[in-house]
Amino acid sequence: MLNPAFETKEILLNSRTIAEKCMKCGRCSAACPSYEQMDIRPHQFVSYLMRGDVDGLLSSTTLWKCLSCFACVQRCPRGVAPAQLIESVRLAAIRQKGGDGITVEDVVGELDDEMPQQLLVAAFRKYKG
Amino acid sequence: MIFDYYPGCTLNTKAKELDIFARKAAEKLGFELREIEDWQCCGAVYPMGADVVASKTPSVRALKASQDNGRALVTLCSACHHVLKRVNRDAAEDAEFRATLTAYDEELEYNGGTEVLHFLEVLRDKIGFDKVKAAVTNPLIGRKIGAYYGCMLLRPGAVMAFDDPESPTIIEDFIKALGATPVTYAMRNECCGGYISLAEKEMSAKMCHAVAEDAVRRGAEELITACPLCAYNVKKQAGDILPITYFTKLLAEALGLDGEEAKANA
Ligand code: SF4
Ligand code: SF4
Repeated sequence: MLNPAFETKEILLNSRTIAEKCMKCGRCSAACPSYEQMDIRPHQFVSYLMRGDVDGLLSSTTLWKCLSCFACVQRCPRGVAPAQLIESVRLAAIRQKGGDGITVEDVVGELDDEMPQQLLVAAFRKYKG
Repeated sequence: MIFDYYPGCTLNTKAKELDIFARKAAEKLGFELREIEDWQCCGAVYPMGADVVASKTPSVRALKASQDNGRALVTLCSACHHVLKRVNRDAAEDAEFRATLTAYDEELEYNGGTEVLHFLEVLRDKIGFDKVKAAVTNPLIGRKIGAYYGCMLLRPGAVMAFDDPESPTIIEDFIKALGATPVTYAMRNECCGGYISLAEKEMSAKMCHAVAEDAVRRGAEELITACPLCAYNVKKQAGDILPITYFTKLLAEALGLDGEEAKANA
């Protein structure tokens, strides 16, 4: 386990967005199609990082519910990219042993004949890094 | 006119129609899609982490191949287009990314010089929708068609520079050029559930229903898309509400390229 202050810094750096610019308006959460499914909503997610509460984020359902649809990125009036912050924490979770969002066994049961390769490739990238 | 072409994994398999009808239509419109050699899968999602470099290398290789060929690189799949355009921007603007790439493999030296175009951008900006309209032999008069943009073609607008990300018109203009009536509806740039639909069918069902119901409420009788995943999700989750097809299939139909014949000749 990394030192939390160090880990927060790493996550912020790896996100390539400036979370400090957030003015807590909630526009990102208003735009988010996954809002109801998330335990920590996009605008809250930004605040957690500013507080350095990485532990809370690493176990958050938000990591696996964010669709990377970029609605939050497009609509943030301050140029913050919440999707990138979520991805950065997701990467941190995946990189810690056992942090994957799905197992290969899970996938087998979900396959069907019409399923595009794009879906499988994307899901593996997102859930397993 | 010759363009380099990056089909991507899905267009060679589950989304063959998206590919075949595009090639046929291009021929009729006087340009060629020349598939680049030895392309690799783009990864389907753009890796956002600053330290993720290896998974961008397939895109860099494709972009560089096109630069060497001296041609613009055309894509059809929304996901490929999204990934290639964003990696191209990284190569143009991020010196650290470039340095890591060349440290990894000298052959990956690339500065983002390739022009990445979606097939729809080719029609709008290089051919012109007026020329498309002039080539239509089977105008789709009376058809009420909704454009389903989804997320990846449009956002983030600053990088994709595809169209106005909140109020796009390119697919509506395309529909008009084919003689049909475009139906504008609010949910046309909302997400279908994307990759989450692998494990979370209910979530995706809810989102696809919202899109399809809004389109029907506004008078659409069918939807078109450029994304194999949007097509799959909408068909599966909301196929009983209205049908969805690839925009290239619609184009081929309007150009009088009979569906079965186009497939057989491919
Ligand atoms: S939209 Fe931007 S400024 Fe507003 S809460 Fe979200 S991240 Fe912060
Ligand atoms: S990218 Fe993620 S957090 Fe942002 S709006 Fe889409 S689902 Fe919500």
